[in-house]
Amino acid sequence: MPYLLSILTYLPLLAAVVVVFFPKDQTKAIKYFTTGFFFVEFLLTLPLWFGWDSAQAAAGAAHSMWAFEEGPTPWIASLGVTYHMGIDGVSMLLVLLTNFLGVLAAWSGWEYIKTREKEYYIWLLILQTGMLGVFCSLDFFLFYVFWEVMLVPMYFLIGIWGGPNKLYAAIKFFLYTLAGSVLMLVGILVLYFRTGAVNNGVNTFNLDVMYKVALESGLQWWVFGAFFLGFAIKVPMFPFHTWLPDAHVEAPTAGSVILAGVLLKMGTYGFYRFALPLLPDATLRWLPFLMTLAIIGVIYGAMVSLVQKDMKKLVAYSSVSHLGFCMAGMFALTTAGIKGSVMQMINHGISTGGLFLLVGIVYERMHTREIKLYGGLAKLMPVYATFFMIITLSSIGLPGLNGFVGEILILLGAYHMSAALLFSKSLIFFLAGGMLLGAAYMLWLYQRVFFGEVTNPHLEEHCKGHDMKAREWGYMIPLVLVAFWIGLYPKPVLDKMDKSVAFVISRMQPAIQKAEAAKGLTPPPVTPITETVIPPAEAAVPPAEAPAQAPAH
Amino acid sequence: MIPVSLLWLIPVLPLLGAFVNGVFGWKWEKDRRNVISGVALSSTALSMVLAFWNIATLWATNWGSVPERVGNVTVDAAHHAFALHLAPWLPVGDFLTGLGGRGHFNVEWLFVLDPLSAVMLFVVTFVGFLIHVYSVGYMAHDQGYFRYFAYLNLFMAMMLTLVLGGNYLVMFIGWEGVGLCSYLLIGFYYTKDSCADAGKKAFLTNRIGDMGFAAGLMLILYYFGTLDMAQVNAIAVGGTIPPWVITASAILLFVGATGKSAQMPLYVWLPDAMAGPTPVSALIHAATMVTSGVYLVARSNGLFSMSPTALTVVAGVGCFTALFAASIGLVQNDIKKVLAYSTVSQLGYMFLGVGVGAYAAGVFHLYTHAFFKALLFLGSGAVIHAMSGEQDIRKMGQLFQKIPQTYRTFLIGCIAIAGIPLFSGFFSKDEILWKALTSGDGPGKFGPLYSKVLFLVGASAALMTAFYMFRLLYVTFFNSDRVSEEAKHHLHENPRVMTVPLWILAVGAIICGYVGLPKLWTGSENVWERWLEPTLYLPGGHGEMAEGAHQAAASGAEALVHHSAGLEWGAMGLSVLVAVLGIVWATLWYKRETETPSRLAQALSGPYKVLLNKYFVDEIYFGAFIRPFVTMSRIASGVDRWLVDGTVNVVAYSNEVLGMLLRFFQTGYIRNYGLFILLGVLVLLYFYF
Repeated sequence: MPYLLSILTYLPLLAAVVVVFFPKDQTKAIKYFTTGFFFVEFLLTLPLWFGWDSAQAAAGAAHSMWAFEEGPTPWIASLGVTYHMGIDGVSMLLVLLTNFLGVLAAWSGWEYIKTREKEYYIWLLILQTGMLGVFCSLDFFLFYVFWEVMLVPMYFLIGIWGGPNKLYAAIKFFLYTLAGSVLMLVGILVLYFRTGAVNNGVNTFNLDVMYKVALESGLQWWVFGAFFLGFAIKVPMFPFHTWLPDAHVEAPTAGSVILAGVLLKMGTYGFYRFALPLLPDATLRWLPFLMTLAIIGVIYGAMVSLVQKDMKKLVAYSSVSHLGFCMAGMFALTTAGIKGSVMQMINHGISTGGLFLLVGIVYERMHTREIKLYGGLAKLMPVYATFFMIITLSSIGLPGLNGFVGEILILLGAYHMSAALLFSKSLIFFLAGGMLLGAAYMLWLYQRVFFGEVTNPHLEEHCKGHDMKAREWGYMIPLVLVAFWIGLYPKPVLDKMDKSVAFVISRMQPAIQKAEAAKGLTPPPVTPITETVIPPAEAAVPPAEAPAQAPAH
Repeated sequence: MIPVSLLWLIPVLPLLGAFVNGVFGWKWEKDRRNVISGVALSSTALSMVLAFWNIATLWATNWGSVPERVGNVTVDAAHHAFALHLAPWLPVGDFLTGLGGRGHFNVEWLFVLDPLSAVMLFVVTFVGFLIHVYSVGYMAHDQGYFRYFAYLNLFMAMMLTLVLGGNYLVMFIGWEGVGLCSYLLIGFYYTKDSCADAGKKAFLTNRIGDMGFAAGLMLILYYFGTLDMAQVNAIAVGGTIPPWVITASAILLFVGATGKSAQMPLYVWLPDAMAGPTPVSALIHAATMVTSGVYLVARSNGLFSMSPTALTVVAGVGCFTALFAASIGLVQNDIKKVLAYSTVSQLGYMFLGVGVGAYAAGVFHLYTHAFFKALLFLGSGAVIHAMSGEQDIRKMGQLFQKIPQTYRTFLIGCIAIAGIPLFSGFFSKDEILWKALTSGDGPGKFGPLYSKVLFLVGASAALMTAFYMFRLLYVTFFNSDRVSEEAKHHLHENPRVMTVPLWILAVGAIICGYVGLPKLWTGSENVWERWLEPTLYLPGGHGEMAEGAHQAAASGAEALVHHSAGLEWGAMGLSVLVAVLGIVWATLWYKRETETPSRLAQALSGPYKVLLNKYFVDEIYFGAFIRPFVTMSRIASGVDRWLVDGTVNVVAYSNEVLGMLLRFFQTGYIRNYGLFILLGVLVLLYFYF
């Protein structure tokens, strides 16, 4: 189908416009329409998955690395802004994840949201457009637009339907991420003003052209710094993570699911798509610092998580730990590491999304997330306890479930890291420590919530006989199935990202070899990469304009 | 060949049982419990039949004339192994190994049937099935019947995956999977906090070991370029891998083994694990799961044999644990706790066996132990069941008349574990002690001193074993009658569904040792060793080895053979002597109620308290690791709130404050702005002129 990506991206926006014309009090119709729409949207995503091999083959024949590519067509021609959409294996998986979680998130709010339902679903739809746009755009300007657009709906979702401290959390979320992305914009402009040299003198935001730009190492360092802030706040990496617990605790269930499942992945995706391939030298120079932060995130996130008193806060801090894993895997700069990192992004969406859904289920009954008010829940809600156990196990990486696949690949990638890089052999021990702590805080949470005698009379009153409802079954079952599927047969998922990861590795390879040579290590023979469409960065070109003047334009 | 291609069904059948009971069992919980047990038992029985068929096939195979490949089954005739390549699992593709070669990380769902996995297969399915049968009676009155059988079946599935897994990663699925089932079953009575705590402790302690295991896997993969166990062994004995890599990866694997098999310093979870239902203790925490560490070492024998350092560690840890746990067992009063420490101690024995390079002997003890320890645990369960849940042996006594079947089978178990000749435990224990004594020039190159220390420590542990087992027997079944009136009222012999498995295991505990009669007795080669011999990757054993190492290994093997028969008879005599001594000692003190033990406890109150409180290891761990860590986490949480987030808020509020200050200048009066302009102009003029 031509223009599939654009259709996927703007269809939710169109649906939002349709919802506008619904009468305000027809909440049931709005719910059904929106959730139904999300389901259709998900079905429309499936051709990306099933048609992937042929789409990629077609792209290869057309000498492009992007499947389902649209454009580049001039959009704001005077500024060199193009409309360019397309996906590689990794963004395809993230698009799939986004639309998968979209259905579940929309479905989860049916009873939780009791005020201003119409607006709620409109914002949810707009948010979907923003997120899909981020993963599909191949023009940095377009990417930036979607990146910023997405903040607005989430701001309202938290600020209107959130908990008691919602305004604080919403503003913090908005300003913190905005502050990061403004700096990112500066970095983008620096790159922009250097595209002319490789594009017949015309500056452009088109990513394909930007990939040809080779910045000199010193400038790369600064651009990376700008990117780093934008992406690291989004991930979030320690110490830029404190907006996350607040946002999670205050956000409604669906907001938390989307936030954890998709929004955080944009940070890691940003590193994958832009920082690594565009700035390979700087990546290596920043690596010791980044890796340190990732390791701190893994351990520190787990420790803080251990002593939380609020379930959602606990899960939020566990995200800091899990995303630390993602970053560590990515910056191992090996095939296994990056694949593991992407796998972990998906797994985190499944397991942490699942945990937020589960917390939401019990919150709807008890209206509290305070762990100590629970205890003995397994007796009252056995089915719920079973689902919670499965998702817990997925989160702590039990073999046979999805989490394990990502973690083992990251460990592997970490171990295969080039000896020239810091933490090349020690990283694995920090990560193993993180896996151990992951089991500790999750099992302790589980014990406090589900085991022991029921001591809180309210629990008996609100939960006994109110085990999972059909709707709750409905949105938990798919998560559990996917968790098992990825755990038992991850091959299709991993195969899909083969070429895309190989491309990033091939971009990093010269820089790594340089570092190895500098340390006197024999460079290993380059792994043959099939079909690298974009050539590795060319020799540095003189700057077209001084980057400092960039904001003036 | 047909059964081998169905190998995957052996774990999958119990998995199906677990699924059916887990999903639909609640409907049958109230009034159709026989459906639940029917599902669980039939799935396990089918799995057992299939396993036996496979073992028989293995037995009957003529290795001279098997094809190399049939369908997705490959055959390794030299090692008597069938490998079933079921499906790809984790493909990452090529990478460069640490030695510059090209590795291939494409992990398959690979199942392997060879003499070693056949032994485990037999133990797990046979003992597992008996324990399923026993559970029908034992759990008859408990809540959560379907949950119990679902977990138990899941355990069988995971354990069989562990046993059959042909590469470390498939094994790791089973490895962590059995840990999960152990967690679920220890915490089966989850409303009791102690059970929930014990489950969590088991999982986390195991996870420490598992992380060592995982790190070992990474190291192996990086340097060996594969995770296929047969290949790893072959490469290890091939001599191309640097010795430190072999030692490090062997020790990391052993760290995993210490967690799962409850060895020093990670044994602490196993005694607490007795909080679970007793059949679970018998199956998971005695016969099968806890022995998987021994199995891992035996599976990786090529790796371990190449590293004397690793073998020294394994043998040392095993030997020390055997003594340490036995000493705690001397004074415990909970019937299951005694057995738990006994299990830790016996596992130590098995590690001593594999640690001295006598893999067949270690696995032999694993196999005999599965029978008599399962018997003892089920016997203790029968006692507890008859006593309406009482576990303290000080509140028992004179039970032999009331529950004679249980008593007789328990007695057989005690004799077997004590090591009285003609019972199974004797053959395996004696074999290990003998191999320890002669290990000075074995693959571990221990030298005469270390091997003698190993032997003597092992023999003293055997003395203690005989003593505490018969103490347990006497205090429970003889001595004075201390049973409460309440318990006496309900005291009854157990139903046949429980006693029949006891008798089958009792017969097993007597006869199962005869497959491994020592050469000293029969004059011909030890049948057990001949069965397992093809699975051993002794350097040079199958021509995979460089010439020099070949000779070294051969001379080691010869040295083993050349010890005199007199010495062997002497060692055997000593091991019988300590067993008899221990039994006599226990008889003198505990057959009738005597005051000697309590007087001794008073006289030596210090050491007694140390033993009674298990050397305070739990308290030390809590004080040294857990509490400091939780405190650190609380500090981290405070830092996060006040410092990390505080900084963010300070930045935000300082903007607000700045804004408020600037607001004073934005008065809205033209005259003020005029004044500011004037002042500004004056300042500029000042600077320019």
